[in-house]
Amino acid sequence: MNTAVNSAGKAAVNPVYRRRLLGHRIGITLSVLAMAIGLGFLAWILFTLLVNGFGALSGKLFVLDTPAPGSEGGLRNAIVGSLLMVGLSTAISTPVGILAGIYLAEYGQNSKFGAVTRFVTDIMLSAPSIVIGLFVYALCVVRFHHYSGYAGSVALALIAIPVVVRTTDNMLHLVPNSLLEAAFALGAPRWKVALLVRLRAVKAGVVTGLLLAVARISGETAPLLFTALNNQFFSMDMTQPMANLPVVIYRFALSPYADWQAIAWGAALLVTFSVLALNILSRTVFRQKAPQ
Amino acid sequence: MSANSAAVADEAAKQAFLDEASYVKLRSTMRTQRIQDFVFHKVTMLFAASVLVVLVGIIVSLAISAAPAFREFGPSFLSSAEWDPVNDKFGALIAITGTLTTSIIALLFAVPISFGIALFLTEICPAWLRRPMGTAVELLAGVPSIIYGIWGLFVFAPLFGDVVQPLLKKTLGLLPVVGPLFQGPTMGLGILCAGIILAVMVIPFIASVMRDVFETVPTVLKESAYGLGCTKWEVVRKIVLPYTRTGVVGGVMLGLGRALGETMAVTFVIGNANEISASLFMPGNSISSTLANEFAEASSALHVSSLFALGLILFAITFVVLSAAKLMLLGMSRKEGAK
Repeated sequence: MNTAVNSAGKAAVNPVYRRRLLGHRIGITLSVLAMAIGLGFLAWILFTLLVNGFGALSGKLFVLDTPAPGSEGGLRNAIVGSLLMVGLSTAISTPVGILAGIYLAEYGQNSKFGAVTRFVTDIMLSAPSIVIGLFVYALCVVRFHHYSGYAGSVALALIAIPVVVRTTDNMLHLVPNSLLEAAFALGAPRWKVALLVRLRAVKAGVVTGLLLAVARISGETAPLLFTALNNQFFSMDMTQPMANLPVVIYRFALSPYADWQAIAWGAALLVTFSVLALNILSRTVFRQKAPQ
Repeated sequence: MSANSAAVADEAAKQAFLDEASYVKLRSTMRTQRIQDFVFHKVTMLFAASVLVVLVGIIVSLAISAAPAFREFGPSFLSSAEWDPVNDKFGALIAITGTLTTSIIALLFAVPISFGIALFLTEICPAWLRRPMGTAVELLAGVPSIIYGIWGLFVFAPLFGDVVQPLLKKTLGLLPVVGPLFQGPTMGLGILCAGIILAVMVIPFIASVMRDVFETVPTVLKESAYGLGCTKWEVVRKIVLPYTRTGVVGGVMLGLGRALGETMAVTFVIGNANEISASLFMPGNSISSTLANEFAEASSALHVSSLFALGLILFAITFVVLSAAKLMLLGMSRKEGAK
């Protein structure tokens, strides 16, 4: 007993031990500091948006179109344009992404084709979005000789598809084999097992993937710069250039007019809080639990 | 008696007929299901193949559109620092240098901070705080690029130019070798500012990969080290890091891939000047910011083609970096699966 206390007391004054303890304390402090820096930047950005954007938020923002400098205006055309393009690209990327994800989970386990597809999907997930914009420009805009809402939607869909494929694939792997084997034992064909048993078991997880994809493309600016371009007027015609929130932020924030900059801050606040709300929603409400 | 046996035979024949009928029916059902499964397999395969088609399409279409520029300028397109739309002379050196410099600065800041965050989330943070903290870091990744741009231009850059840059100039700027990097006008916007904002943007990506690989370290290994009397810091340095080395480097490469292709935030704060200077305070241009600024306004065919060539170079660089990242992370998870 006594010797134990003594040796502990000796250890405390032992220089080697003191140095190790010091190293430990410095390391842990720096780690906490790093976390604080990360959270600090998030708080700083959100605070800036609230301070600058809140004043611009008003009913006018939703009923008036983007103005000429010096006159009153809002964001109606940009909001509608963004909704239309994000909606259309979600409609494209949902079936494509889910079916491709099902292929990877069902047939892509041991095949070379599956491995390559999975690899390429992961790379497309982080590929520069501006290059996607260039591709769609060469593909659609050059061919039809003008910028259009459709071209913008295609560009956004190309960015969303890898997100949906990856989450669908990951989620399907959560389904236990015993569940699938039970369905097979009842004589169900593979496509029924895949769609009606396996996919249905992880519905919530797949919806999470869709929400994350929508969140990702809602704020994308670079691929829209030379596909949808922008439109100063209200338009629902997707064969024509289309207004959208990100490009309006880009144009108005870099303009020298104070009233345009105010509108840009309002748009930035709208976009950020919808994107973050989607993120939080997908992580809480639709949180996938491993099926039993 | 004979009537009875006739009835039995009749019954047997009927049964045989029924068996035959249900057998035929079963066979036809199975055949339909086989056809359905075949179609299902091929249809889903088609959609999976669409991802590959897009990749090939991007490479081919960029290469076709970039061909005139490469034909005109040859290999010197990569090494020429001339970017002159008025005289139709183009070279990619300024943009490539800008992209690489800003990305390297970003990694210098982002890697230690991401490591700290991952360490905090896996080893230090109390369990009840882990989820909210993790979500907060992921939200940082969710903030759109353009928001970083507008915040960087109006809030961060002025502060950076008024406070941080003069300080750097008075301290690091006086050192012999690195001094010239920190000289020049302190106007906020420029290469260094773009690099720091990029760092904030890639921190969540690197941190979440690091956190994931740290969590794969077997508890037994860590507990043995603790049992030998190691401090938490020693466990991280000598057990966790060596065990996850490949995954950590993979995460850093993933962050690099993100930083290289980032567009809007960089376009707002890099200053958009087509020049290379010794000082990190000076404005510059990156591949993506050149594309964002000039593409919609480019009038001459050679200008457009040169911009496509820049896009192709950017895609090639990020493709290599991201492939390396992916291969490292795959190696990591294979090691995990082998146990």
